[in-house]
Amino acid sequence: MNKVLMALAGQPNCGKSTVFNTLTGANQHVANYPGVTVDKMYGSYRKNGVKVEVVDLPGTYSLTSYSLEERVSRNFILHDKPDVVVNVMDASNLKRNLYLTFQLLEMEIPVVVNLNMMDVAHRRGVEIDFDCLERLLGAPVVPTTIKKGKGKKNLINTINKVGLSKKKEHGIKIDYGSMEPFLDEIEKMLAGVCETDYPARWLAVKLMEADDEVEKIIRRHSAAGFDAIKARVKQIRRAFEAESDELPERHIAYARYKEADRIAGESVSVKRKEASLLSDKIDRIVCHKIFGPLILVGVVYALYHLSIVEGYKLTNYTWPLLAKIKSLTAAIMPPPGFMTEPMVRSLALWFVDSVNALLNYVPIFFILFALIAILEDTGYMPRMAFLLDRLFKRFGLHGQSTLPMVLGGIYVGGCAVPAIMATKGIPDERARFATTLIIPMLNCLAKIPLYILMINIYFAQHKGLAMMFMATVTIFMALPVAKILSLTILKDKETAPFIMEMPPYHLPTIRGVLGRAVERIWLFLKKIVTIVAAVAIVIFVLMQFPGLTEDRNAHYADETKIAKESFYKKIAGNPYAEYVQGDSIMALILYNERYKKARMGIKNKEKARTVDARFISENENFFKIVKPKKDKQAKKLNRALKKLISARKRILRQIKAEMIDNSFLGKIGRSLEPVTKYAGFNWRVNVALLSSFAAKESSVATLGALYQSDEEGETLEKRMEKTEKDFTPLHALSLLLVMALFPPCIAAVLTIKIQTGSVKWMLFSMFYQMFLGIVVASFVFTVGNLLGLTGLQAMGIFFCMALTFTIIMGLINPRHEYQ
Amino acid sequence: MTLDSLKPGSQCYTKKITAKGKLNQRLIDMGIYPGLQVKVIRNAPLEDPMEIELGGYCLSIRHEEAKFVEVEG
Ligand SMILES: Nc1nc2c(ncn2[C@@H]2O[C@H](COP(=O)(O)OP(=O)(O)OP(=O)(O)O)[C@@H](O)[C@H]2O)c(=O)[nH]1
Ligand SMILES: [Mg+2]
Repeated sequence: MNKVLMALAGQPNCGKSTVFNTLTGANQHVANYPGVTVDKMYGSYRKNGVKVEVVDLPGTYSLTSYSLEERVSRNFILHDKPDVVVNVMDASNLKRNLYLTFQLLEMEIPVVVNLNMMDVAHRRGVEIDFDCLERLLGAPVVPTTIKKGKGKKNLINTINKVGLSKKKEHGIKIDYGSMEPFLDEIEKMLAGVCETDYPARWLAVKLMEADDEVEKIIRRHSAAGFDAIKARVKQIRRAFEAESDELPERHIAYARYKEADRIAGESVSVKRKEASLLSDKIDRIVCHKIFGPLILVGVVYALYHLSIVEGYKLTNYTWPLLAKIKSLTAAIMPPPGFMTEPMVRSLALWFVDSVNALLNYVPIFFILFALIAILEDTGYMPRMAFLLDRLFKRFGLHGQSTLPMVLGGIYVGGCAVPAIMATKGIPDERARFATTLIIPMLNCLAKIPLYILMINIYFAQHKGLAMMFMATVTIFMALPVAKILSLTILKDKETAPFIMEMPPYHLPTIRGVLGRAVERIWLFLKKIVTIVAAVAIVIFVLMQFPGLTEDRNAHYADETKIAKESFYKKIAGNPYAEYVQGDSIMALILYNERYKKARMGIKNKEKARTVDARFISENENFFKIVKPKKDKQAKKLNRALKKLISARKRILRQIKAEMIDNSFLGKIGRSLEPVTKYAGFNWRVNVALLSSFAAKESSVATLGALYQSDEEGETLEKRMEKTEKDFTPLHALSLLLVMALFPPCIAAVLTIKIQTGSVKWMLFSMFYQMFLGIVVASFVFTVGNLLGLTGLQAMGIFFCMALTFTIIMGLINPRHEYQ
Repeated sequence: MTLDSLKPGSQCYTKKITAKGKLNQRLIDMGIYPGLQVKVIRNAPLEDPMEIELGGYCLSIRHEEAKFVEVEG
């Protein structure tokens, strides 16, 4: 089969990812925000017997070596040598887009020019003469409105044609005017001494631009003579500068724009001039001095209210489904014995419990993801950057930190993994590192279950307030930390200009929004089943072993014997006694449990009778004992049975508690108590925090398992409240704060390593946060305790302190960059 | 006169870019070159950055960066 390697290149936000998705059927992240795709993405499709491998490159305005994305795109084109590069363009902005096209053509690769967003161009009265443009550029031109699938076929055919022909069509050559003799000179000089397979003219232009990546290429290919070449290039550059009184790189860029102007002038006619009236009107309000910030607060509040508050109500409907999964699991596992439970059964139930605790939050996540998708699609994100840049800059961040921070949960609900990945779009290295390092401190989704749990128990009267506190206090901890980091360890990192495009507003499509929400939910679920499942199993093992000593086992066996003996003594001579001898007693206990569950919540008499009939047909005698009605002897046995059941429950509970106490995990948790007691944590909480190392979602799952309950279907809230009698709201506050600041989950930590490319930064991010978390929590708990503050008072005071600190840090003046 | 000194609503033509290195490259890549008509749309609520319109699209730029673009009437 014929194979074609195709790359999608183009300026940010022109629709490359949409083209990628349309061609490959994949679901790549699309957003009305420049710089969404920050790494290359692979996909493929087959058409007319040709397999086309597609690579979606990050959007770049240019192909210099100043930013990571530009280097990624350029290196791919240089080294992977695609058979065809599709240059996606915003047709309504042809002139500026051509600036990149020229740079692609200069690399002497086969280019297909894809004029996308034709609908927008039409709307703005931009008319393009395709034939003329094709002739002027010397490359095929394909118009599309890819969002609506228009022009797809033509695009596919052209890709096949150009990709398979494998012949290099050079397209137009830019005339650099007075620089031409200088370029010639460099080309001639290189010809003898430096053999590369890169186009000679391109090398010459890049050397004239003083591009350090190209200098490296030259060094690699001309080991001996490199210094001489470098010195000569410097001379030539200087000679040009002296002659034309302009920096060579500026001259080159202007020449490209001049050419773009000429070509656009010949092939484009604009009927109406005016950027976008509607967008302008909207911006008058959205970026207004007073309304702008108000709208911003409103948007973020709506995000929080709709997903967390309203979404939580939805879980009332979804929880019964999850409870059903658990009872089904219980039904298919081997039944428990009187004193012991088969290992597979406990493991399976543990597993379901752990996963259920998280699945319960899916409705919240779904709403949140959909809302974020709407924000991204409309084009509100760059407005957020515009509104917030001044503020963020004061803390060593960047207007473009907004997207990563919203993704990470600037207010509430996010995920550190995509957020840290999105920091790649921040052109400023110092701000990028600062953002990366504080993102794990924001309110990622996985922290929310624990917040909700603690708030529901300990701040039940002030739920809204407490949630508001958690949602906002994290940013007042993160911002000063960002400032401190950027003034200290990050102070030598490079900075970059802010300049950013403000795209016109788009209407989001339902398909796009729902698609993205589903995709992100799916990602989250995948993370659950892999990481959380793995953690659940590890914790299970740590909690089950080493188990009870033989002594203790014997002790419980004795207790069991006593309970049973007393039961049989009571029912001696009872006519039903013969049905409950030996193993049957266990069968009866389980029968009783099942019957109770089956009848639970059934009020309808008709239905109750059907259930009864089912149990009667299963075992008539057992039914008489379980439901004695007027039969005196049966009643007597029923009473004795109830006693036996409660004795068994007591024994089981004691065994379980002793087992956890004794377990490896219990020991670790306990050994940390001397440190964590200042923060008010007992070993159970320590164990939950330990389990959150692998994924924060685990903390609630672990707590859920640690607080076992006899009663079926009791919520974790109730169970925890019952077990931790002397836990106060102050304890809860301290736990909430530690959760907010605690180290990122394994996945987030790994992402930091990938993004920063260094283990050192990864470890740093882990430890500084762990340290910060324990210090802050201990401070709040210990001082709060000394002053006798209630949880709510401590909350208020801490909030004011964080806020004050943030303001102070913000007032410390940032360095001026370009002096 | 430099771009950063212009008030919202005013129009001008770009004359010269005086930045170096990265900022120079970025200004040019975003489509700023001599002889372009530029309109200042607005300042952000906190005064910085500013939004400008050039030939059909809008850019947001910090004042300290706009200082490196010389403009005339
Ligand atoms: N009106 C219109 N909008 C489009 C078209 N194609 C894409 N879009 C929208 O343009 C925006 C940007 O699309 P993306 O595919 O994310 O652009 P990109 O080039 O991948 O952007 P980066 O990854 O940031 O470089 C999205 O809101 C798309 O829905 C089109 O043909 N017409
Ligand atoms: Mg993209």
